[in-house]
Order: sequence, then C-alpha cells, then structure tokens
Amino acid sequence: MPEFLFGTELKPDAATPKFGIVPLIWGTFMVAAGSSMVALPIGLLSAIYLSEYAPRTLRSVLKPTLELLAGVPTIVYGYIALLLVTPVLKRLLERLVEVETFNALSACIVVGVMIIPLVSSLSEDVLSSVPRALREAAFGLGATKFEVSTRVVLPAALSGVFASFILAISRAVGETMAVVLAAGMRPQITLNPLTSIETMTTYIVQVISGDAPYGTPKYLSLFAVGLTLFAVTLTLNIISGVVLRHFREVYQ
Amino acid sequence: MIRSVDSRFYPNHWLRQVLGPIFGAACLMATCTGVVVLALLLGSILAAALKGPPDNPFYAIGPNVVELVTLVRNLATQSQGTDPLEAGYRVGIVGSLWLLGLVALIGIPVGIGAGVYLEEYAPPGKLRRIVQTNIANLAGVPSIVYGILGLAVFVRAFGFQAIALGPKLLAGVLTLSLLILPIIVITTQEALRAVPQSLRQAALALGATRWQMVRDHVLPSALPGILTGTILGLSRAIGETAPLLMVGAAGSILKLPRGPLDRYSALPVEIYNFAKEPDPRFQTVVAGGILILVALLLTMNATAIVIRNRFRRYH
Repeated sequence: MPEFLFGTELKPDAATPKFGIVPLIWGTFMVAAGSSMVALPIGLLSAIYLSEYAPRTLRSVLKPTLELLAGVPTIVYGYIALLLVTPVLKRLLERLVEVETFNALSACIVVGVMIIPLVSSLSEDVLSSVPRALREAAFGLGATKFEVSTRVVLPAALSGVFASFILAISRAVGETMAVVLAAGMRPQITLNPLTSIETMTTYIVQVISGDAPYGTPKYLSLFAVGLTLFAVTLTLNIISGVVLRHFREVYQ
Repeated sequence: MIRSVDSRFYPNHWLRQVLGPIFGAACLMATCTGVVVLALLLGSILAAALKGPPDNPFYAIGPNVVELVTLVRNLATQSQGTDPLEAGYRVGIVGSLWLLGLVALIGIPVGIGAGVYLEEYAPPGKLRRIVQTNIANLAGVPSIVYGILGLAVFVRAFGFQAIALGPKLLAGVLTLSLLILPIIVITTQEALRAVPQSLRQAALALGATRWQMVRDHVLPSALPGILTGTILGLSRAIGETAPLLMVGAAGSILKLPRGPLDRYSALPVEIYNFAKEPDPRFQTVVAGGILILVALLLTMNATAIVIRNRFRRYH
C-alpha cells in the first residue's frame, strides 16, 4: 500500500513489476493545471461578458453555441490535438526545442478548450443570480460598468465562481480520451510539458487495451488506480457542492 | 466618451473611461473563442476528410460535396479493415444504434421514474437529502470510472463465472445506462420543480389522486424539460468511448450484433482504433468517422437546446 501510494516508479511489465502511482498523479496534475490555465480565465471572462455586457439577442445566440461545444465527444478533441494542435506547436517551437508527437501541452490545450463551456455556463448562472440591487447601487454611486463587474458583481459571486472552477478541474482530472490521444502513455515525473506523460485515466485505458490476464497484479492495479481517481474527483465535487450551497444560501 | 472634467472631483477619470471598453472587448473576445473553436474544429475535420492522402486516387477528385457524400456513404457501409480504402464503420454504427435503443429502453423509464419519485412522492427529510447529494455526486464521476464499475460488476460479476455477462452488448448497455441515469434524474427533477405549485393544488383540490395529478397535469407541463434532459443524456451515451473500451467494445469486431448477448463495437471506439493507426492514410477514415459522429450528436444536442429554449418562453 505505501509502495503504491508513494512509489515513484511505474513499471508494470518489468521482471519485478513496480506500481507506484506518483507518476500518474503527477501527469494528471499537469494536465489539470495546464488546462485550468487555458479554461479558467477564458471561461470567467466569457461568463462576465454573457452576464454583464451581452445584449439579450447576442446572448441568446452565444449561449447555445457554447453549450453545443460542450456536447462534442471527447474523442473528437483528442483527434483535434493530433491533427491540429500538435503540428502547430511543432511548427512554432521546432527551432527552439524538440516537441514530441505525444505531449502534455497539446493535451492541456484541448482539455482546456473542452472545459471552457463548463466554466462559462456555471459561472454565468452564478453571476446572473447576484441581486440586481447591488449593481444598481454601484451604478448610482457613479461606478463604470467595468467597476461594477469586477468590484461588485464578481466579489459577490466569488464563492460560486470558485465552485465552478473546482468542478471544471475535476472534469479535467477525469478526462480520458482526449488525453489518451494527445499526451501518450509514458509514466514520468517531469516539468517539461513538451514530452509525453501518463495520467491515471490513460493508465486504465492502457491496461485494458493490453491483454493483462484476469487476476494478475497489473489487472488489479487498474482498480487501484480507478479508486484513486474516483476519490480525487469525488473530493473535488463535494468541495464544489458545499461551496455552491453556501453561495445559494447567501443570495436566495 | 471622454470629456474634460475637473480632476479634483473625478480622480483617474480618463483611465476609468478607457479601461471599461477594453475590459468589455477582452470579455467579448473570450466568449468568441468558443464559437471560433467550434468553427475551427468542424473546418479542420472537414478539410482532413476531404483532402485525404496524396497517393490515394479515390479522394483526389477535389473537395466538393459529392465527394464528401461518397466518402460518408462508403464509410457507413464498409466494415472495419486494415486497408484504408476498404475501412468503414458499418459494425460501429449498427452497434451504436443498438446501444442507443437499449440504453433508451432502460435509462429513460428508470431515470424519469426516479426523478418523479424524488420530486413528487418522497417525503422531505434526511433520506431524501442523502439520495439527492448522492445523485449530484454521481453526475460528476468520470465516465471511465463507470467503465471500471461495468467491468467489475457486469463483465466479470466479481469473478462469478456463472452470472458474468462477458464483453457483450448488454454489459455496455447497462454501463451506459448507469452513466446517463444521474443526468436524466437531475433534469427531470429540475423540469418538475419548474411546474407551478398552484397546478398541483388545483388538481388535488378537485379530488384528483396524487397519481392522477402527476400523470394528467405535472408530467405534461414538464415534458419539454424532461425531453431535453433525455436527449442530452442519450447523446452523451452515444459519444462516450472510455467506458465502452472498459466493458469490451472492440474495434476488431467484424460481425454485426444480432442481440444483446453478442459481441459488439461502437462508432467512437472504432474511431479511436483508427486514430491509433500509425499509417497516415487512415486520417481520412478517422476524419470521416468523426464527421458522422459529430453530425449525429450536434443534431441531437441542437434539438434538445431548441426544445428547452421554446419551453422557457412559456414560463
């Protein structure tokens, strides 16, 4: 058990197999952090636009479009990473550094784009449920729209926005197919986002795609990794739920 | 608008006037990324499907609609193969349709039933709150975890060979049904909650039983919302790859499934299989398959969104 939780080596096929989950957790963390860097700012800004700035007609067009984006299956995003994102990265960076065909960065980008709709639609719900009176009070004191949005509405909705962020991170942690196709399957602890990594979800797919016989340690490790993944996402979801409930109690 | 004003009364006036529009523009740009990405996504896949590899005479006619239709028709009628020219998704499409039908058969009644019970029948209290929290958390569980669950429970039955299903269509159906159940339950509940309380009171006051009230008044007026949730849930089931990989949908299946106890494949699983091929000539096949999948899903989702928006106008 301690070997599983703290082992830094994952070699299920070696003569003396090692099942340390740390490389997988690191890979998962990298994808979650990288995709948050893409999705959280863009998602939040578009939520502010939709809730504070957008005219009614534009909003009624934009919101369904974002929702359509959420309905695109994840395997499509994985394919886009291979078809579009990685070649572009290679072209941009080939003079400076070597970019591997499977790399963490392209996975971060596509997963980030994938969770934008989640952030924007949840945050938008939260922002628009901030009472109108607060906005009007601020406008009455001579605040500009920018000041109302960033200094009144956003702080008031902060806990709800935070909840949507956590939910989006949890989605990124559990994301499978896009990462499988984009990031490859090499368990390693690295800071270089241009090399191949392996996440918990990818490992599960790898084990099930290879023919690990039923009952072997490799086969059973699938359930251990799955349980860890479940524990992580459940914790994140529960935190998000509690924060969101708190927000609702304040304003409703 | 920038006016010259007395700076003693308006500190940072110029900055405040300028910052606003800049921020607004940044927000608009962020919102547009979504739209741009959607366009880019469809465009690049379409281009990849049409371009094809240069050494492939079949696709060298030039990008036009006729060619696209031919490509999609060929992909839809051919079965899995090792030759990119012969490869297609017939087995996967048929498998996905089987999954869609059977998942709808199991998921819709159970999901709507659970939603109606929780909203209309269950006494408020601790138990209901626990169930409610559980369902909300289940909706956030990654799909691959459902796949592991399906593998352990349906495919292997915890090692009891006698009742284990094996990697059969039914195992996939049950796993996907579990996956979409929370979605259907939650949207059903939301739709029921939007039905005004006065409608229920009116029905009960006229002597209707609880069941008559639900059947004749509450359900009909909540129907659009429930329909939306159901369609969204089913489209989620169709697009899922990871859980099906876990419960035995294999890209190498060549026979069409004839019943719930046959081996099966699904469209996204076959796409994944082709996408893994190192041979670049498979790119056209992958892109074509994705076009079929995305067209199907976008149609389903757009229908759901349209139904919901129309529904909103009534209330």
